[in-house]
Amino acid sequence: MSRNGPLALLFHALVMLFMLAPIVIVCVVAFTPEGFLSLPTNGLSLRWFKAIAGYPEFVSAFRDSLWLAALSSVIAVGVSVPAALAVARHRFPGREAVSAFILSPLMIPHVVLGVAFLRFFTQIGVGGSMVSLVLAHVVIVLPFAFRLTLSTATGLDRSLEQAAVSLGASGATLFRRVTLPLILPGVVSGLVLAFINSFDEVTMTVFIAAPGATTLPVRMFLYIQDNIDPLVTSVSAVVIALTVVVMALIEKLFGLERLLAGEGGGRS
Amino acid sequence: MSALADTAPRRAGMPGWLAPALMLLPAMLLVVGVVLVPLALTALLSFHSFSSSTGISAGYALENWAEIAGDPYYAEMFLRTFRIAGVVTLACCLIGAPEAYIIHRMRAPWKGIFLVVTLGPLLISVVARTLGWALLFGGRNGVVNKALMDLGILSQPIPFMFTEGGVMVALTHVMVPFMVLSVWAVLQRLDPRAENAAASLGASQFTVLTRIVLPQVMPGILSGAIIVFALSASAFATPAIIGGRRLKVAATLAYDEFLNTLNWPLGAAVALLLLVAIAAIVIGCNALVERHYSKVFQ
Amino acid sequence: MLARSSTSGIAPMTDPAPAFLALDGLSKRYADHVAVDALTLGVAQGEFISLLGPSGCGKTTTLQMIAGFTEPSGGAIRLEGRDLVAVKPARRGLGIVFQSYALFPHMTAAENVAFGLEMQRVPKAERARRVTDALALVGLSALAERYPRRMSGGQQQRVALARALVIQPRILLLDEPLSNLDAKLREEMQIELRQIQRRIGTTTILVTHDQHEAMALSDRIVVMNAGKVEQIGRPQDVYERPATPFVASFLGKTNVFEALVERGADGAAAVLGTVRCPCPPHLAGAGHVLLTVRPEKIAFADEGLACRIVSRVFQGTYWLFIGETPAGVATIVCQNDGAAQPGEGESVHLTWRADDAALRPLSGAGA
Repeated sequence: MSRNGPLALLFHALVMLFMLAPIVIVCVVAFTPEGFLSLPTNGLSLRWFKAIAGYPEFVSAFRDSLWLAALSSVIAVGVSVPAALAVARHRFPGREAVSAFILSPLMIPHVVLGVAFLRFFTQIGVGGSMVSLVLAHVVIVLPFAFRLTLSTATGLDRSLEQAAVSLGASGATLFRRVTLPLILPGVVSGLVLAFINSFDEVTMTVFIAAPGATTLPVRMFLYIQDNIDPLVTSVSAVVIALTVVVMALIEKLFGLERLLAGEGGGRS
Repeated sequence: MSALADTAPRRAGMPGWLAPALMLLPAMLLVVGVVLVPLALTALLSFHSFSSSTGISAGYALENWAEIAGDPYYAEMFLRTFRIAGVVTLACCLIGAPEAYIIHRMRAPWKGIFLVVTLGPLLISVVARTLGWALLFGGRNGVVNKALMDLGILSQPIPFMFTEGGVMVALTHVMVPFMVLSVWAVLQRLDPRAENAAASLGASQFTVLTRIVLPQVMPGILSGAIIVFALSASAFATPAIIGGRRLKVAATLAYDEFLNTLNWPLGAAVALLLLVAIAAIVIGCNALVERHYSKVFQ
Repeated sequence: MLARSSTSGIAPMTDPAPAFLALDGLSKRYADHVAVDALTLGVAQGEFISLLGPSGCGKTTTLQMIAGFTEPSGGAIRLEGRDLVAVKPARRGLGIVFQSYALFPHMTAAENVAFGLEMQRVPKAERARRVTDALALVGLSALAERYPRRMSGGQQQRVALARALVIQPRILLLDEPLSNLDAKLREEMQIELRQIQRRIGTTTILVTHDQHEAMALSDRIVVMNAGKVEQIGRPQDVYERPATPFVASFLGKTNVFEALVERGADGAAAVLGTVRCPCPPHLAGAGHVLLTVRPEKIAFADEGLACRIVSRVFQGTYWLFIGETPAGVATIVCQNDGAAQPGEGESVHLTWRADDAALRPLSGAGA
């Protein structure tokens, strides 16, 4: 039973239709047996999923995307944890400014970052390489990792670490046995959000990607710009299916609602 | 008791500021080296001149900025960019805010399920989501258009691709979750007893909504609007796919200058102008909102 | 050299026996205020001592300095004659029970208790034995494998105590350990804490703002206010003979009356109605003095200080009366022994023994 009236529920149904229709349609059209975009009215077919194998650039871009997302999110978290702990527990002048500064890549439109990175990486001679992609992705996902780690580190009861110290723990032992397990929820959430944002990023990456170093969303985007056919639909359907699987995993592990609504969302 | 305590006691030979400084160093270096420096270089780049035969010149000139200021093409393009962002922001307020409230009022399993359904698209590639709109309304083969024409309701497909309206609809779809997220955050802190109190004082449901709920949720709507506006004005993938090469916005124009025309200085100038315009609007709105609400919520 | 060190070892000592823990002029200054101002205190081995005072009085800062989490701005902390400030917090060997208990949420009760022993690299078998003993000491053997979030506040409190005691600390520091428990449980824990401390004999310092807790548990109480020590003494001394107005008002309710000093045959006395309290010589010359007397020391009598009962409140084990007297408002507490008590609006007379009243000059801090 809901406390919403019939009008509210009608509105809700329309919004759900609006939110889901474009996503569902991609998955449905991907199963068409025809050679052109159409609803699979004459039975379902996997021909366009099989066709992906014939386009190695999609497969390799997918593999590169996974690597890029994994590398950049791990590096971003590795950099964020000490920074977040420093901001959370030490009082120093300009503390707010420091954390605003580390969060600042979030405020800059990705198209501007793309322009800036293209010029910068070309000038320092790493343009079009995987190195430039990783560097660029680390800074754009850094704010997600930092913000989530900072929020758990700030909420950390200081006396927990003091208790561990009074019992004889210090240095690396203190961090490994007490501090890290306590901030782990924030660290893992930050890692997941960073991974997803890196994997989905297209606007900035499209500027600095090169034939040898590109990502799946960029490949899909460039393909769609030329023509829209059932092949890119089936690739999109695979991406959507994988995302839903990841969402289900997150939900099982620590609650998707908390990750999304608890601490800011992603960014497209 | 003062919170200014040096909570980490100093060890001999190590000044108190050294440990946090070292811990912050990698993150700060990354942001300075990979964000600040490239942005500064881009600012410099926008002052170089360019010709298609000789490429980027070494000297500095106001050529690009003069071209942007003088040519009405750019004014029209920026106007279109911000018109789209404005309409999308309004649409997100009208869809996202009520939807967040409706979900907030649902009971246990549905509340979580529909929140995830609403916010989940955030995690799905924006390219795949925009492709969906192209499949629904793209020309004669668009699923909706085809169905309506087969039923004889329409004789011509609904114009969607390469139109401003189409970009607005697809972009609204991308942005609604941000508005829901922002309003949701405020709703979570709302005391439901305030609504019951108002109802017990004889207020109708409509009055409760407009006099009790809306004023409290307003800061969430406004901060959501600021986020949505900033993201919409700089959106790239959706306008590029739906708008194509015919309907340019600032982000797609910068892309074309960089990767098709190869006029990097002009592209840099367009991107920077976009950055400055968005920053000015966001900071201005933030200041207005804060001035208005600091009295109520401090 | 030898001779010199031996003389300097004896000469400056004022106490006959050197204190187990000595705080000597211990201070903590911040940019805008002084949290602890030249605190000097000697704690004997096995003693249970309380730092008592309102929030912001410096008691917690003192504890934090002993524990090593806050660096003193001046003064010294010596444990068995050795400088403690130079020792890293992790090497001080102190057991601490925090107000929030600070149990590690990702470890079971047994793992929490074992943590300190692991840090000391105690062999596994001995560790298991000592953890079992410690949990038995606090009566939690059955909950060894339970996680803190599935325990009640009182149970968490016991785990925290076991965790602090299992490392056989040289000093046990208790930071408002009972303040998060409800009143009934708090009383039970007070008794248990006292019994455990008596049994194992660990020197204990308790920080609290709760006067009842301090009085119930401690051998001696240090009353602090605004960073300074107001009084150090046994609970009954501090309560019965408060050294300063602050101590008098902080420890329990007290009545303060303005009394006239009269000279009679038996010397000067402070007079309220027909109640006469002998004046010490240094107050004999004053026209008026302040007389303080605890509510439970006042009795109803046929003559004494005239009083009209304004309100009467039943509190179970005792009656609480508020009355109006010519010298000011009076609070009176009477044991509920079944005897008839005056009702509201009745006129009565109040009296008390001269020994139970304290006299102070009218203005100034007094002594």
